[in-house]
Amino acid sequence: MTFEALLLVVAFGYLGLLFVIAAWADQRAKAGRSVIGSPLVYTLSIAVYCSAWTFYGSVGRAAQYGPAFLTIYLGPTLVMLLGWLLIRRMVLIARAQRITSIADFISARYGKSGWLGALVTLIAVIGIMPYIALQLKAITYSYAVVTQFPDSPVPLLAEAPFWTDKSLWVALVLSVFIILFGTRQLDASERHEGMVTAIAFESVIKLLAFCSVGLFVVFWLFDGPGDLLNRAAQVPGLAQHFTLDAVPGGAIGWVSTLVLAALAFLTLPRQFQVLVVENVDERHIRRACWLFPLYLLVINLFVLPIALAGTLLGESAQSPDSFVLTVGLVGGSDWLPGLAFIGGLSAATGMMIVETIALSTMVSNHLIMPMLLRMRRLHLESYQDFSGALLGIRRIAIVLILLLGYLYHALIGESYSLVTIGLVSFTAAAQFAPALLIGLYWRGAARLGAAAGMLGGFAVWLHTLLLPGFAQSGWLDASLLTDGPWGIHWLRPYALFGLEGWDIYSHGLFWSLLVNVGLLLGVSLFCRQSQLEQTQAALFTGALHEGQMQIPLWRGQTSLGELRRLLHRYLGAAATARILHSTAQDSTAPADDATPAPPQLVREAEHALAGALGGASARILINSVVRGEALDLEAVLSLLDTTSQTLEYNRQLEQKSSELAAIGAELRHANEQLRELDRLKDEFVAMVSHELRTPLTSIRAFAEILRDTPDMDTEQRSHFLSIVVRESERLSRLIEEILDLARLESGRMTLKPQWLDLTRLARESAEAVSHLCAERGLSLELDLPDETAPVTADPDRLQQVIINLLDNASKFAAPNAGKARLCLEPYKQHWRLSVEDNGEGITESERERVFEKFHQLENNDQNYGKRPRGTGLGLPISRGIIAHLGGRLWIESGTRLSGARFVIELPRAPERSADTEWLTAS
Amino acid sequence: MIRPPSQTPRLIAVTLLAALLFTPPLLGLFDRPLDNGLSSLSLYLFAAWGLVILLAALILERDDAE
Repeated sequence: MTFEALLLVVAFGYLGLLFVIAAWADQRAKAGRSVIGSPLVYTLSIAVYCSAWTFYGSVGRAAQYGPAFLTIYLGPTLVMLLGWLLIRRMVLIARAQRITSIADFISARYGKSGWLGALVTLIAVIGIMPYIALQLKAITYSYAVVTQFPDSPVPLLAEAPFWTDKSLWVALVLSVFIILFGTRQLDASERHEGMVTAIAFESVIKLLAFCSVGLFVVFWLFDGPGDLLNRAAQVPGLAQHFTLDAVPGGAIGWVSTLVLAALAFLTLPRQFQVLVVENVDERHIRRACWLFPLYLLVINLFVLPIALAGTLLGESAQSPDSFVLTVGLVGGSDWLPGLAFIGGLSAATGMMIVETIALSTMVSNHLIMPMLLRMRRLHLESYQDFSGALLGIRRIAIVLILLLGYLYHALIGESYSLVTIGLVSFTAAAQFAPALLIGLYWRGAARLGAAAGMLGGFAVWLHTLLLPGFAQSGWLDASLLTDGPWGIHWLRPYALFGLEGWDIYSHGLFWSLLVNVGLLLGVSLFCRQSQLEQTQAALFTGALHEGQMQIPLWRGQTSLGELRRLLHRYLGAAATARILHSTAQDSTAPADDATPAPPQLVREAEHALAGALGGASARILINSVVRGEALDLEAVLSLLDTTSQTLEYNRQLEQKSSELAAIGAELRHANEQLRELDRLKDEFVAMVSHELRTPLTSIRAFAEILRDTPDMDTEQRSHFLSIVVRESERLSRLIEEILDLARLESGRMTLKPQWLDLTRLARESAEAVSHLCAERGLSLELDLPDETAPVTADPDRLQQVIINLLDNASKFAAPNAGKARLCLEPYKQHWRLSVEDNGEGITESERERVFEKFHQLENNDQNYGKRPRGTGLGLPISRGIIAHLGGRLWIESGTRLSGARFVIELPRAPERSADTEWLTAS
Repeated sequence: MIRPPSQTPRLIAVTLLAALLFTPPLLGLFDRPLDNGLSSLSLYLFAAWGLVILLAALILERDDAE
């Protein structure tokens, strides 16, 4: 058996082994003893990240650019350090919503949007296809290197018929494998146990193979790492290769590749598949968070030694991308090149298997199914069981994707180096990162924004990375690179808007992400989210709060029979029975086809359909049988919100109207007061006129008598004249008082407050009225303290008040044995001066009224002949004056005598001061 | 609560530390030749990488309730 044939047997034997392992794992899973339920298997399945690009390309990149290859693995390390927070969150969401792929995830986040999922799928297929081609190329190329050594491998495709290309057969075998183990069940959100186990096995193989090559180089070809490094140091110019300067783009290139790798690690469809969809237990993430970086570290440990060795071996080691194979061949090992080839094969096939499953799920669920569902002419409703056709669609997609990858490889793959294709694909996948990550943490990210961002970023990616690659391959005019499209200078793909001096990946990543994030944020800020979108956004951004993760309930109505037919059509009989059975247990009613389906069951049905067809299609299907609108959590919340807003609005309105009512009442009250005042004014004018006319009439009458009877006797005449004089006096007093009142009420009364001794003032007032009292037969009793009673007041006005009160007392005291009492006593910080009489007193209800203008106690006056001579203005004026002086005047029942008691209360002034002494001394 | 509340800030801190260690300007400090003339950059990167993995392992396995 030739070496070539042996290699083929080993290679296809290895693929056969994968079938066995996968079948064994599926068998175990069926028996309930799953092998993938461990953090280690989860970690190894994530290691599908290390494709042929890692296996061959890292060494090539290290030989050319020094440490630059490490950024591709340091980026994922950064992400995994946050994995316990970030990836666990994605896993919890994906499980609750039965997410089947990254397209489904993004589509679900933005309101289960069908066309957003289709957009993600398209970008993924276009962006990832070269990457699959790269794996096939690696297989062809490595086979050629191993079999044609020591000659350089010649491109086989050009001259040989295509069926002799081994990578075509590998692709076909793989498609069989994927169909067998990747489309076993319809539900794509279910785990593919066999596939994951095979992938984990492949990760072990590639790690072992690579480390074997590394150990062989370091300890077989050279005498340990020291020897290798010392010999490398002697090669002039090689030392320069291992500094930061060797990295394309320098510091900017370094950082941007780091960011690119971190983003792509999350968003590459195959990484999303193993990280999120295939995760069986979120607790596995905890260990994977440090175990996977450790795997990356170990697999990279020997990259530099192999690169150095290959460089030292010179011409015989051929191109840097094949160092992994050639170092063994040059070293004369029999088994090592074969092992290295198998390692490379395992890296390539692992990547292709997972990527193809992820892409085929996306293509069938987000491109083909929605299209079929929309095509009424197909009459999907008439199919009894569509589930077989669904699996068929997915299988055709698998074969097509692998064949397309092969075609890409066969037609233009030759013109690219491995690393170039990898980074271009990474940048395409990174376009999902803004929609994914911002959507996870910002509720406001909207569907239109996500779509605009991805479209914009994808367009920039096409322009700055994909098309220039075609131009370099000769597929497009090379002037695109130097002059820009249509000769527009600032649109040159490698120097967009004149940004020059960056490496092409930093340049492409910067512009595409800038456009992507900018559009996502900008458009989201200016558009309105639908209710479903709001619900999903709320669920995705608050994912760690358990209990919120529920598929919204349906408000509409459907019958059990319709639902059963729908499920049967798309999921098959077994799955339908399982779903109906699981929810029918708790219902006791006999279930015939006409029974309305409970909302819980409708939700379960959507859930199951989402697992098979993706969220968007599931929603369309459920909508087709459910009459009425879907009622989701947020709709309920917003309904509640609206109701509470309305209530709040009502409450505010009520408050406003009650305020208005209060204001209205105030205004009415004020109006009444005004009317009352108006009436009082009229009354006052009438009274004043009346009061003025009475003395005037008598003056006029007596004056007329005096004029008409000239022969009147002297005594009579003088009597009449004295009446005229008295009435005139009364008239002038009345006018004086009216003027006083007017001054008081308008606030124009000028008082001259000064320090004075109230005791002295009271005594003087009593003396002033003593003559009058004697005339009326009234005995006035004084009860004044010995000390001074200092107050601040206008002495003339205050005396006027006291005399007025004493005068009143003399009028109203008992007619025969009239008694009055003037009393001054301290009360707290005040002085109280009271005037009492022994008259009939004033009833409680009258006490305030006597202070009204022109109010006279006429009714109580039984003896009309002794009608008191007053104007009815004295008390209102007195009260006004006292109020002006800061005191009070009121009436109470007498304490010592039986009549009324008028009390003046004035605030106590400070002790007399030097500058006011003269006032009282005078 | 599945995780103790102090784990989140610790993980974020380690991530920030790793980001700091893996990028210029700290990277530039170690980009100088060793005795044999080769740059110590790669050596430093692997050492920093290992340190970060160790820290993450210590944090994540510490309060493991599994």
